[in-house]
This record gives sequence, C-alpha cells and structure tokens, in this order.
Amino acid sequence: MSEHIVSRGIYAGIGATLLIFTGITYYAATVDLGPLNVVIALTIATFKASLVVLYFMHARYSPRRTQLVIVAGFFWLALLLGMTLSDYLTRAWQSI
Amino acid sequence: MNATATKPEAFPEKHYVNAEYGIRSWLLTTDHKRIALLYLVSVTGFFFIGGIFAALIRIHLLTPAGYLVTPETYNKLFTMHGVAMIFFFLIPAIPAVLGNFLIPLMIGAKDLAFPRINLLSWYLYMIGGGLVLFSFLSGGLDTGWTFYTPLSSVYSNSAVAPAVLGIFINGFSSILTGLNFLVTIHTMRAPGMTWFRMPMFVWTHYATSIIMILGTPVVATTLALAGMERLFHLGFFNPALGGDPVLFQHLFWFYSHPAVYIMILPAMGVISEIITTFARKPLFGYKVMTAASLAIAVVGFLVWTHHMFVAGQSTYAALAFSLLTMLVAVPSAVKTFNWTATMYKGSVSYDTPMLYAFGFIGLFLIGGLTGLFLGTLGTDIHIHDTMFVVAHFHYIMVGGAVFGYMGGLHLWWPKISGRMYPEFVARISAIVLFVGFNMTFFPQFVMGYIGMPRRYHTYPPEFQVLNVLSTAGASILAIGYIVPIFYLLWSIRHGAIAGRNPWPSTGLEWQTASPPPTENFAVTPEVTWEAYDFDNRPDLGLARAADRGHK
Repeated sequence: MSEHIVSRGIYAGIGATLLIFTGITYYAATVDLGPLNVVIALTIATFKASLVVLYFMHARYSPRRTQLVIVAGFFWLALLLGMTLSDYLTRAWQSI
Repeated sequence: MNATATKPEAFPEKHYVNAEYGIRSWLLTTDHKRIALLYLVSVTGFFFIGGIFAALIRIHLLTPAGYLVTPETYNKLFTMHGVAMIFFFLIPAIPAVLGNFLIPLMIGAKDLAFPRINLLSWYLYMIGGGLVLFSFLSGGLDTGWTFYTPLSSVYSNSAVAPAVLGIFINGFSSILTGLNFLVTIHTMRAPGMTWFRMPMFVWTHYATSIIMILGTPVVATTLALAGMERLFHLGFFNPALGGDPVLFQHLFWFYSHPAVYIMILPAMGVISEIITTFARKPLFGYKVMTAASLAIAVVGFLVWTHHMFVAGQSTYAALAFSLLTMLVAVPSAVKTFNWTATMYKGSVSYDTPMLYAFGFIGLFLIGGLTGLFLGTLGTDIHIHDTMFVVAHFHYIMVGGAVFGYMGGLHLWWPKISGRMYPEFVARISAIVLFVGFNMTFFPQFVMGYIGMPRRYHTYPPEFQVLNVLSTAGASILAIGYIVPIFYLLWSIRHGAIAGRNPWPSTGLEWQTASPPPTENFAVTPEVTWEAYDFDNRPDLGLARAADRGHK
C-alpha cells in the first residue's frame, strides 16, 4: 500500500499556523470578553487540533475507513459531552 | 457426544503446544493460541483471588454482627473482590482467552493482524495486574470497585494510587485487544468468508471491540484524573477544590456500563455457537442477531446515568436515561427469543456446553428483567444500593458471562487441548454450578427488596436466614468452579482423543487438527457454505434435517 508523502512546505506551513494560533490564544486570554473568552479559546483549540489530525496524523490522505474511525471517535466524544450536559443543563429545572 | 461415523483420528504429532519448548518460547510467543493460554492461566489466577475475597465476604455475613473481619477489612474485601473480578477476569476472560484462540481459526487466518501487539497486550495486563496485587498487599483497597470520588481521591487511607495506575495500564491491554480483533476481522478473512458467513462469535467480538476501543480510554482517563486529584490535589471531582463528584460518576459509568456488554456480548457469541452445534440447526434470524449485537454495543453507550438516579443528577435527565435503558432490552430480548427459536424442532442434545447454555439463557433472562426494575426510576429509588442490585448484576455477570465462559471452555476444550473431558462429571459439575449460583444469589434479591443495603458489614437479625442460605449456596458454587479445573487438567493427559470435529460443528475452527498446528491451517481454507449450514455439509457426517424428520 503506497503512503502519501506530505511535502516539507505543508508541514512547515501547518507548524507556523499552529504557532500563530497559540499566540492568538494567548492574546485573546489577556482581553476580557466575558463568557466569550472560553468560546474563543475552545474554537482556536478545536481548529488547531483539526490541523494536527488532518495533516500531522495524515487523516486527510487516509482511506475512507480510517476517516470513519476518526469521525466515530469524535461522535462518541460528542455523545459523552452532550449527554453529560443533559444532566447539568437541566438541573435547574427541578423546582418546576 | 455425537461422534461422526469416521474412524478415530490420531493425536497430531506436531501442534502449537509442542512446536517449541521452554519458558522463553512461551514468554516471547506471538502465536495467538499460545497467548490465549497465557491469558487462560492469568485470568484463572485472578478469578481465584477474587473468589477467595468472595468466600470471606460470605463467611462474614453468616452472622448479623459479622465476627470474622473488622468493618474496614470488610470494605476492602468487597472492593478487592470487585476489582479482581471485573477488571482482571470478567472483562478479559472470553475475548482474551477464547477470542484470541478462536477468531483467526474461525475466519481462516493464520494469526491476528498484529501478533506482537497481541503479546504486548498480555504484558500490559500482567503489569496492571501486578500493580493491583501490590495495592492489595500493601494496605488493600477500600473504595469500592467504582472508585467514587472524593472517597478515592481524598479520604481513603488505602492503596488507591497503585490500583488506579494498574487499571489504567490494564485498560490499554483491552484497547489493543479490541484493535487487533477489528483489524483482523476486517482484513484477514479467508476467501469466501463474507461478512454474513462469519460465526456469531466473531460478530459479537466485533461489537465488543468497538466498545473496548471507544469506551476504555474514557475510564482510563477518568481514573488518571482521580489519581492526579489524590496525589497532586488538582481539582476535578473534589468540591473543596472546585470539582464535581457527580462528574466522576458520569465519566466512570460512560465506560463501566458498556463494560457490562464487554462481558456479556462475547458470552452471547459463545451461546450462539453452542446452541447451533447442539441443536444441529442454523441460527434463527442470523442477520437480526448480528444487528442485535451491534445495537447492544451502541445503545449500551446511551444508558449510563441509570447508575446515578439517586446521585443528585437532574430529574429530567434521569427520565430520559430511564427510557433509553428500556431500549437496550429490545436487542437482548431478540437474542433470547432467537436462541429459543433455534432450538425449536432441532436435534437437541444435552452435552455439557449445552447445559451451560441453558443456564445462561435462564439466568441472563432473570438478570436482564431485574435490570428493568432498576432502570425504572420509581422502583430504583426503593431498591438502589440494596442487595437486590448485587443479585441483579451477579445474574448478568456470573449467570451470563461466567456461564458463557464455562460453556465456551467446554465447547472448545477439545480444540484447545485435543482431548475430551469426562462428560458425565462435567455435566454434574455444570448442574452443581447452576444450583449453587441460584442458591447464592436468589436470596439476595429477596433480602435486597425487603431492605438490606449492600456493602454493609452488619445487618438486622431478620435477614440471617437468607444470608445463611446465600453462604451455603456459595460453598456449592465453589465446588462447581473447582471441579472443572481438576477434570480439565486430568483430560490433558488421560482424556480421549478428540479429533478435528468431535461434536460435530460447522465452524472453520473444526476443519483443522485438534490441537491446531502453529499456522492454523496447512492450506488457506476457502469457504463455500453459509454460516451454520448443517444441511449442506456432508463432511460432518450428519443426516439432513429433512431426513431426521425435522422441518
């Protein structure tokens, strides 16, 4: 099975992007945006994680089955977080 | 046993056991069959360690005041019993022993996809097990097998850290086993072995592997967080540090409820193989059974907070999870009905594996139905944390998983060892196990329903009769576990030569020698028949169903 060769330029570009967004994360944390601080930090972190998975872990160049496994992992993580939040977000309703 | 009409076969001169000699050949082996035997010895060891703790618990509960051990020691006994049995026996038993041995044979492969990773998973199991044994010996463990925080992360004075580390490492053993099975089943099936020709045992292991891979990292991470809170005072679950103890329960049960299906799904696969073999009929509703296996794996992930109905979670979430819990009963019921339908008008024989299968169906039914009592919000509040819960999950884990394991061990012992065990003694032993099991655990339903809490070292005198009955049953149960060890070991030297296919059965594993050669098959087999197709297999030496007078 042939392996896709990723060029050094792409690796360098992704690495630089990750460093830039690390800087943006730091800068965003120094500005008081209220609840938006967490949203921004998590959005940047998700974007950076996606780049790592897609390029450094070669998910972009992998067969469909491998991509399905990755999606399944994230789907299960969403189940864990979403269904756990169904408890936390509805606790205040108990007085009804 | 219904032997085929062919003349007795000779014991193979060269096979996987005598292919190499010496301790080194075992400790560095990459043969899936040898690794299965390493697991067989290891999980049996943990089973008896857990069994000793169980015996001490039952002896202690003979009297209401409980004179045998101190309250602190009692806490340690039920914790160490649970940890040894669940993490080091029930979860690995069928996949790591029978699954390891049989999956390549059943799909016509020479080994698992990653033989070295297979050996690594056994080493991780042993390292994890060693750390847990160290925690047992260096002060014991008293948190309950559930490691609820903040008891485990702050207040417990027992050896929590090595135990948590051991279970964390053991989790990777489970993940690697699941990964190996998934890749093997996807990529190494013999020509003609299509997805819907695979034995149900392989399908249930496929479903189990999905749970192992998707669930185990969560519990490993959760226990690591609890360990970090204990060692470095990082606040995850301790309210005093800004954490939330209910969050621990969410994360823990996200894995640990599906873990019940890691235990029971492989047993369901074993039962499917036993029933088709000893009813001489194809599995009723084969495709529905495969769907039910996958449905159990998926739906099993959506029900976890039914363990937390009284833990302070939202009433509305509890309501939703209670409804979802009812869903998981559907595929379980489908399986039970289909096994029964498979036996209908079959040529049923009552060999030892079949007796275990009968036991499994009855006990799993009771365990499953009492699970519905517990999954229903109203009744759960009454019986939560009582002995009713203890009886329920033992009906699933022992009545289900252990009976499946014992049935599977007897079904495939001729393949593993090349020898037959003494059938009469084995049948008596299976009946003793069934009687002892029910005598031990049925009284616990009653005592729990009328109010005896679990994990208490004393109880009011009115519960004593039921407790004495339960302890008496446990002593019978112990005989049912110990006797098979003796006759299985005896059979290795003195048992009759089994031959390739002693029952006979339809699977590919029965096409090769018993015990199989290291490479499993001299020539890669080609599958030209459907799963469990007894009618079109003249090689089995059986009359066609129509000729036997069966429709």
